[in-house]
Amino acid sequence: MSALLYATGALLFVMSGVAALLPGRPALRLTPLFMVLGAITGLASCALGMTGAARTLALPWLIPGGALTITVDALSAFFATPVFLLAGAGAVFAERYWPLDRRSARHVRAFFGVLTGALVTVLAAANTILFLAAWEVVTIAAFFLVATEHENQASRQSAWLYLAASHVAMLALFAVIGLLHASTESWAFEALPAGIAALPTGRAIFALALFGFGIKSGLMPFHVWLPGAHAAAPAHVSAVMSGVVVKMGIYGFIRVISLFDTVPVAFGTTLLVLGIISSVLGVALALAQHDLKRLLAYHTIENIGIIVSGLGVGLLARAHGASWIAALAFAGALLHVWNHGLFKALLFLSAGSVIHATHTREIDRTGGLARRMPHTALAFLIGAVAICGLPPLNGFVSELLIYLASIGGVNAAGADWSWLLVFGVAPALALTGALALACFVKAFGAIFLGLPRSERAAHANESPVAMRVAMVPLALACAAIGLAPTLLAPILERVTRDAAPGLTSAGLAHMLNGAQSVSIATVVAVAIAFAIVSILASRRSSAPTWDCGYATAAPRAQYTASSLAQSIASVFSWAMPPDVHSPRKLPLFPEKASFGSHVPDPVLDRALLPAIRHAMRLATLARWAQGGRVQFYLVSIGLTLVVLLVWSAL
Amino acid sequence: MRGLAQLLLVLVASPLLLGVINRTKAIMAGRRGQPLFQAYWDIAKLFRKGSVISLTTTWIFLLGPAVAIVVPLLASLMLPLAAPRAPIAFTGDVIVFVYLFALSRFCTTAAALDTGSAFEGMGAARELTFAALAEPALFFGFLALARVSGGISLTSFMTMDGSHWRSASAALVLVIASWFLVLLAENSRVPFDDPNTHLELTMIHEVMVLDHSGPAFGFILWGAAMKLFVYCALIVGVILPTSGSPLVDLPAILGGVLLVGVVIGLVESGMARLRLVRVPQLLVTASLVAGFAVVLVLR
Repeated sequence: MSALLYATGALLFVMSGVAALLPGRPALRLTPLFMVLGAITGLASCALGMTGAARTLALPWLIPGGALTITVDALSAFFATPVFLLAGAGAVFAERYWPLDRRSARHVRAFFGVLTGALVTVLAAANTILFLAAWEVVTIAAFFLVATEHENQASRQSAWLYLAASHVAMLALFAVIGLLHASTESWAFEALPAGIAALPTGRAIFALALFGFGIKSGLMPFHVWLPGAHAAAPAHVSAVMSGVVVKMGIYGFIRVISLFDTVPVAFGTTLLVLGIISSVLGVALALAQHDLKRLLAYHTIENIGIIVSGLGVGLLARAHGASWIAALAFAGALLHVWNHGLFKALLFLSAGSVIHATHTREIDRTGGLARRMPHTALAFLIGAVAICGLPPLNGFVSELLIYLASIGGVNAAGADWSWLLVFGVAPALALTGALALACFVKAFGAIFLGLPRSERAAHANESPVAMRVAMVPLALACAAIGLAPTLLAPILERVTRDAAPGLTSAGLAHMLNGAQSVSIATVVAVAIAFAIVSILASRRSSAPTWDCGYATAAPRAQYTASSLAQSIASVFSWAMPPDVHSPRKLPLFPEKASFGSHVPDPVLDRALLPAIRHAMRLATLARWAQGGRVQFYLVSIGLTLVVLLVWSAL
Repeated sequence: MRGLAQLLLVLVASPLLLGVINRTKAIMAGRRGQPLFQAYWDIAKLFRKGSVISLTTTWIFLLGPAVAIVVPLLASLMLPLAAPRAPIAFTGDVIVFVYLFALSRFCTTAAALDTGSAFEGMGAARELTFAALAEPALFFGFLALARVSGGISLTSFMTMDGSHWRSASAALVLVIASWFLVLLAENSRVPFDDPNTHLELTMIHEVMVLDHSGPAFGFILWGAAMKLFVYCALIVGVILPTSGSPLVDLPAILGGVLLVGVVIGLVESGMARLRLVRVPQLLVTASLVAGFAVVLVLR
């Protein structure tokens, strides 16, 4: 039943994409309906899949080796739940955000349907060929969505970079699947023979999986494609890409890990280290951004880092036999997959709402929007509190589990050095959390509070109802997971057992009980205190903000997002030196001067692009051989043949 | 019931701590100083006053003070002040404790930005920067104490029986030194911030609440006093061994908290504020010191 429903959901998504291509308006109007129906069907199937037994659905297929077999087990259903939810919410949002009279309306709807349909297929594919094929469809659909505004050069560049990076990852994944096939003699996801993790084949699988899934999930230093692609795509597409597309990489890690009986310590260590680097540098780079969507994109890297370091702690703990710590870490990482999907989508949608109203992604051209757009402001605030991992919302619950696993390592700690790394997780996570808080106070404060910094912002209007409605389920889910995490505990324990067989139960419901009661108490107490302070402050008079003697508060005198972040960014300037363009020397009567500073990406702009430029320059040395004279080519071919013949005769 | 009594205790006792600090500073400076109970009168006066609220603000402006008073109260419930167990105690409550204060920081800095004033933005930026650097120090301390006490809960950290001083004294000294720096930074005391310099560009906490007035400012003042009390109690609880009898432990902890107040007063009398560029360095030092403590207990 669950597999059939699941397939129906996927099919409805694809149908919505096809409907967008049919001529005439009526079919185009059906697309959101198909998407919402697909989302509801899919969510029902996931609910069944996470509570019931695994179900398989096999359909006829032509490609040799492949089989159209989908299996909805707890792990697939768990990862697919946010996909269905985000796809439905995104489609409703797009109805007004990317209205039908826009030139690319059909383009966006068609590829959005195909993208989401392929995404859920990747998650449930029981056959490795189907898995790769569906993933390729995801990549291509996402490429076209990123390139939606292809008249814009930055969009085109981001899209090409995304396509190139994705295909490099794909090559590695082909190799992974090939090695899996070589070890199991089957194209299905089957458990590998015991002890293979220590053999060269096993090691190669781990290394290639790290590279391939690392690129797909945007783990540092493989994140080069991510910020640009997230910034260029329409907001609801960014929500899906950041919320769930990058999670496919995490799903891939977990699926592959679940096939092994043991995982080498080195793999867990690598994940842990890369996770910590991604989380700290991701958030530090996010702080330095001026573009709202790029800022959110770097936070995706940060959160992927948190998830991956949770996985790393889990793998290390399991390798050292600390079963309950491993269970806690896996549960935390898995729950963070959901949570990040929810709050990041909420943030991207509310960012889309801001962009819709102000026509700019520059944080420093907005301001004071909370008065003009109260609902969008509330949605962004909920997302911001959740992503900072603050009680009483959902981000806190998953981070708490990862913290507990990391600090819990103290009781089980042996002399092995890899344990030392586990200790590093808690302080790193604390730093990440505090920096994320700074970043979101900056974003929320600069966009929604204070005075408007531009004409557009001053006259912004609240977004249409459809856009606001789309954010409601996401905000409610953030609040529900934060306030009643114990209800999720059985599902998490079940999925954890699927992901990492052989773990003892961590007693999650018991672990989360205390945090849950504090969360509820916080909400109640803050509500009471807010009521009291509002009543007490009702005897009030209004006046302009006191600005130390200046007559009026000038919008330009406000702290901007950049100035707010500057004091922290300067602490991290050793890792990410900013490019500053300032007037060197001003003449006696300065006419016009400009100042600008931006922080380039340390991997893409400082390492990869210079390296590529260098390689291109070296490659020009080989140009002499490419003179365009056919005789010369024939001579070279002949010579090569002779050399090969001689070599084979030796 | 026990929880309610503890809440009342924190609510009532915390402004006294401000009085003790001020009295210490006055004595050191050879002045008579303000009355010991001045903070109580200040808060009472603020609650009777009307307020002036900036035209640019939204509801966030009042959310800040509401959260600022609720968070220290909730956090104080996780401290075992009088009994072998805190009113709220569970594995991982240390993390909830830190993140509650983070929630408070989010709301107070957002409330500061709500006014659109450059001064309050400046204060918010500094608060956010310094708190981010102080956080790892707190967590390194938690790791060390978790290893020493065998539990991940404030109750287990603060109710050790004294044998920890024999087994891990060096690590404890390092943790306490580091946490004292965190206490000074988080509660905006000298050398990180000067609570007395009103309206100067060098301030952090005071400048953030420039536009709050009347009852809302009263909430902030009281909340700040309780936050200071909670941090002092945390450090005293780690230092003092527990007897298990509330009749001994409660006076010991309260006495210890007031003593920490005296020490803060002595620090403030003895040194000036650091230059702002030096502050991150001192906080990183605090983290490193606590990090050494972890290395010591892991050995």
